[in-house]
Amino acid sequence: MNAGTQAAPLPRRVAARPRAGLAAALLHRLSGIALALFLPMHFIALGTALQGADRLESFLGLTHNGFVRTAEWGLVSALALHLVLGLRVLAIEWFATRERTALMVSLCVAAALAVGLLFLLGGA
Amino acid sequence: MNAPIPNAALNGRAVEPATGAMLTVRIRRDGGFQTFAVARRPAQTILDVVTEIQREQDPTLAYRFACRVGMCGSCAMMVNGRPRWTCRTRVAAVAASDGLTLEPLRNLPVVKDLAVDMEPFFEKWTAAHGAFEPGDAPTVDFAVVAPDSPERRAVDAGIECINCGVCYAACDVVTWNPDYLGPAALNRAWTLVNDVRDRGREARLEAVSGDAGCQSCHTHMSCTESCPKALAPTFAIAGLKRETAKASLRRLGARRFRRSA
Repeated sequence: MNAGTQAAPLPRRVAARPRAGLAAALLHRLSGIALALFLPMHFIALGTALQGADRLESFLGLTHNGFVRTAEWGLVSALALHLVLGLRVLAIEWFATRERTALMVSLCVAAALAVGLLFLLGGA
Repeated sequence: MNAPIPNAALNGRAVEPATGAMLTVRIRRDGGFQTFAVARRPAQTILDVVTEIQREQDPTLAYRFACRVGMCGSCAMMVNGRPRWTCRTRVAAVAASDGLTLEPLRNLPVVKDLAVDMEPFFEKWTAAHGAFEPGDAPTVDFAVVAPDSPERRAVDAGIECINCGVCYAACDVVTWNPDYLGPAALNRAWTLVNDVRDRGREARLEAVSGDAGCQSCHTHMSCTESCPKALAPTFAIAGLKRETAKASLRRLGARRFRRSA
């Protein structure tokens, strides 16, 4: 390496254009974190069932709260998004699928939103 | 075998500019941007523009090129925020509203203006065991490799790399983790992993594993989308992920077997 450039940090430059692949990885990671955060709540709910139906019912009563319902919708959407983005990665890495990344990521997001919408229409 | 070259996407746009049309070129140098005006010419490439500026307007402008025909891989730079080989990129395909923004390649130290130090790029080639390893006792005869064998096809898919550094500049993982080997080095390692004559397979798979290796790839596809030679380093890295996983399982199995024996 040249002596003049070895220790120099990389200069800050104009960021590269935002790309669909980066957005996909970001959404995949964030939806995964959301699902991981939800899991303890899920296990607590299941745990209350061990203490009797009344305890479970009272705990499930929380889900009538508007905020919790909105969070449920977000969670279902996140689950769908995580699933379809995971399938995209598997298709690329296992089957060497050449994709039009922007189109594919848009379809993944649209599919997740559609699942979320179905969840809402299903009377959640 | 030559991969099909993606026509740096003229997308039907006119190659012939209007008579007297001018191009505004912003070049990053000395911590800021310097603006130049260059006449539009038929079939003009980005490298033509930089050369014209250097020869006609500012001889102190530093940039790098050699072959001008897409073989040597030395003229890559950021064009309007995307890494490209400039000798084969036409202005008509990429200029946005008669403007061009040129910067040195991302993820590499700048030597001066548009010339970057490629040393870290090639150091990673070496770190990924990018050289053919003939072994202690190389065979004296020619190796017979069937052109249709899966290994040969896997090598063919990645062997036309010209080391231009475009994929390295496009990779976000290199930006986040400067130790990450990068798409070009991993693509090279994959071609050698599939070379049936090579004897350095295990050491190479070891070298491309770990935090700075193939497992760090997030499958953004930036390298594959940017590669001017239409190679797919993402698939090469995926192949390395599979092979390193198999090698780990083999090592684990061998250890268990030794312990139980």
